[in-house]
Amino acid sequence: MSAAEELYEVSLVVNGVPRSATVPARRLLSDFLRHDLELTGTHVGCEHGVCGACTVLVDGRPIRSCLQFAVTVDGAEVTTVEGCTRPDGELGHVQQAFRECHGLQCGFCTPGFVTTITAYLEENPAPTADQAREAIAGNLCRCTGYQNIVASVLRAAELRAERA
Amino acid sequence: MTTRAFGEPIQRLEDPRLLTGQGRFLDDIGHGALAAAFVRSPHAHARIVSIDVTDAVDVDGLVAIYTHEDLDGRAGEPLPLLIPHAALTHGRTAYALAKDEVNHVGEPIAMVVATDRYVAEDVCARIRVEYDFLPPVVGIEAARDGELLVHEDVPGNVAAHMVQSRGDAVAAIEAAPHVLELDLAIERSASTPLEGKGVHARWDADDASLRVYTSTQASTSVRAALAARLELPPDRVEVIAPDVGGGFGVKIVHPWPEEVLVPWAAIRLGREVKWAEDRREHFVGAAHERGQLQHVRVGFDDDGRLLGLDVTVWHDNGAYTPYGIIVPIITTTQLLGPYKPGAYRAEFFSLYTNTVTVTPYRGAGRPQGCFAMERTMDAVAAYLGLDRTVVRERNFIRPDEMPYDHGLIFQDGRPLIYDSGDYPATLEKLKKLVGWDEFEAFRDEARAAGRRVGIGLACYVEGTGVGPYEGGWVKVETDGSVVAATGLTTQGQGHKTVFAQVVAAELGVPVDRVTVTTGDTRRFGYAVGTFASRAAVMSGNALATAARKVRDKALRIAGEALEADPRDLEIVDGVVRVVGSPSGAPGGSIPLATVAVLANPLRYAFDREAERATQFGGPVDYSKPPVAEGESPGLEDTGYYSPPRSTFANGMHAAIVETDPDTAEITILRYCVVHDCGTLINPRLVEGQIHGGVAQGVGGALYERMVYDDAGQLLNASFMDFLMPYSTEVPFIETDHLETPSPLNPLGVKGAGEAGVIPGSAVLASAISDAEGFAITRMPISPSDLFSLRLARESR
Repeated sequence: MSAAEELYEVSLVVNGVPRSATVPARRLLSDFLRHDLELTGTHVGCEHGVCGACTVLVDGRPIRSCLQFAVTVDGAEVTTVEGCTRPDGELGHVQQAFRECHGLQCGFCTPGFVTTITAYLEENPAPTADQAREAIAGNLCRCTGYQNIVASVLRAAELRAERA
Repeated sequence: MTTRAFGEPIQRLEDPRLLTGQGRFLDDIGHGALAAAFVRSPHAHARIVSIDVTDAVDVDGLVAIYTHEDLDGRAGEPLPLLIPHAALTHGRTAYALAKDEVNHVGEPIAMVVATDRYVAEDVCARIRVEYDFLPPVVGIEAARDGELLVHEDVPGNVAAHMVQSRGDAVAAIEAAPHVLELDLAIERSASTPLEGKGVHARWDADDASLRVYTSTQASTSVRAALAARLELPPDRVEVIAPDVGGGFGVKIVHPWPEEVLVPWAAIRLGREVKWAEDRREHFVGAAHERGQLQHVRVGFDDDGRLLGLDVTVWHDNGAYTPYGIIVPIITTTQLLGPYKPGAYRAEFFSLYTNTVTVTPYRGAGRPQGCFAMERTMDAVAAYLGLDRTVVRERNFIRPDEMPYDHGLIFQDGRPLIYDSGDYPATLEKLKKLVGWDEFEAFRDEARAAGRRVGIGLACYVEGTGVGPYEGGWVKVETDGSVVAATGLTTQGQGHKTVFAQVVAAELGVPVDRVTVTTGDTRRFGYAVGTFASRAAVMSGNALATAARKVRDKALRIAGEALEADPRDLEIVDGVVRVVGSPSGAPGGSIPLATVAVLANPLRYAFDREAERATQFGGPVDYSKPPVAEGESPGLEDTGYYSPPRSTFANGMHAAIVETDPDTAEITILRYCVVHDCGTLINPRLVEGQIHGGVAQGVGGALYERMVYDDAGQLLNASFMDFLMPYSTEVPFIETDHLETPSPLNPLGVKGAGEAGVIPGSAVLASAISDAEGFAITRMPISPSDLFSLRLARESR
């Protein structure tokens, strides 16, 4: 262990911008985004893939960035919560819905919900309340009791349809 | 945006940052910092024989390894016992790094500082600690038994023994027509915020100052504690709570070992050092709560009126008592809820075990007290064959009996006197909301379909807004914007919004012109902290006081400028004007921004606004000094609020559950809440607090438990195994509310932060008991627990 670790160049397109950094093979994608690229919107709540706070979209699909090594997604397109805004920087439909519905309190788990719901609505643009509750059932929140997050999913679907 | 923001469900001012990834939580700052990691005890009870770092020292990137013997001066002393109490005769606290002995799995033994966290953990894995094992004390029964000891100088493992009473409960029960006894148990759970603890420290050698960011609920007190521990002048220490990812009580404790060690290392190394707690560390190295055994004796008359109540509580305080005995004190005082108990006697034993320390978790002993009282109410109703709401109603304190003195001493060391509340009206609302009187028809319908359902209710009273005080500072800038600060911290409650609503209402400015800072000792130096549902009551009223002073000053200055009596002036939408006159009336109004300029006479003009305030800028009254006698420059002021005693919020929950006749699966069909936290500043945010509390109450009732084995290993120290509810486990929550203003504070507010969680176990135990036809006495209850209870009853 006295020898320095072997390093690898990892290049990604993050929120539409090409980014790269040189990291050890064991660097988690979550740490890569947060500490190497300094995109700290993605949060780490458990480091074992259960809480969902670290969820990002890799090529459009939600994944737990704490369970993935950065080197394994070299070349991918990644969307984080920072990339879920509108092109003009205003709140995106999911973010706006969370604000309107008081879907967040401390805001620590919120980035994982925003990315998860963004991907969900792409495939299920008009969910029912029950489906909305199921859609977020893989993410933990300790503050809200989820009721206003369910409402946020439904409102986000409306906003998405309005803005389409 | 209107200035009439107070009482409105406005959207939160803090959300755009948090929603776009621009929040700054602890681990989001200090990218260049060295990383700390800790070697923690894998054993529950052991003596440390030796610590061998031979294999660790040649790891590339290692900066330092520290053990207890490196901790010089006061850093090496036991951590403070924050809340001493005469009954806490055997208080014990840990060292920042263990000295000679460890008393729970997770206790820190060595700190490693390295270039990054990966390397720091590599080093930790190579440090070898040799232990002499001692027998662990796990569970309340083992602690109470007292055969094995956690601390060899604490006989019987009893940290504290306390009795409070009013009247002669024992005699009253003896003389009562009916007597019942109950044995009850509640297991451990924990706050488990999504963000763990974390500390970042930077020592500026040139400035001889220390800046510490910590994920805390009490930054001001952390500052005082660090100054004392690190032997620094307090004015050279700044402590800031950045965005904090939830607290729920666990972050009120301070200083945590890491809060001392990270700054200590930063000073020693002259480098920035950061530590962010990982999830397993949080499970074994932070704090838990709830675990209690209770024995209740109750005497009552034929109508179900309590004549005497005698409660004994055995409280598991874990390995140490850094936060004193607040939790069992609250249990034994708040247990009384909305009821008159007749004669009352409460006794508790606070017991050491070789498990993680117990400190307040949202509710802080109230859920256990509520469980004891509400199980008792149900038992009385069942015994007499009375409706459960009727028994409660008969024991309620009536509105015309307020203020009601229980004759006990509360957690703030002051008399337990309820200030206001209308319990009969609350119950009426709840019965209507849940459809209490129509439930039997629903039960019959369900039964006909082969389904088993039950209904339950639980009532609570919550002492909120405990002192001693909070303060607030408000300033109008020369552009008319308003900045405000209060010392207590925020962890997601939306304080920046509700405090802006308070300040905006007092000052007559649009709410989006008000920016509030919390938990930053650079901005406000005096504070207590965020706990006990106290922030809105304490800092809300302090900021209202400060804003009112600023308003008075603005009217005095504007009165001179407008040659009007200040009493004839008002502030509307940031403009001072003669009452009722349109803002544009010539000579009849002046913007608050201009008043702010006038409030601070200047010599130097550095911008357009300043030019108007300079000495040669306009007509001058030479008979007066530039700053009037008794005034200070600037349109700003500070206010404090210190309550004579706590204010008491209340509420009642009802739940309808279905229990599967075969699998014993428990489903919540409906969950109804009626709550009264006085005047509402922002109903939307209060509702959010209730929702979150209910989710934690449901978790504590049906899913969450800390599973220790006999060796003191926490078997479920991960989110994989500790079953925190997901969206699919939390029912849709129906709410209604009353607003009984508190007469104790100018805003009439009571706290709301903990309300939702308090009756969770009580109401679900009540509903499950009703569905099953036998009393549930231990919580949480899982389907397999319920299945076992059924089997045990059948085999009787």
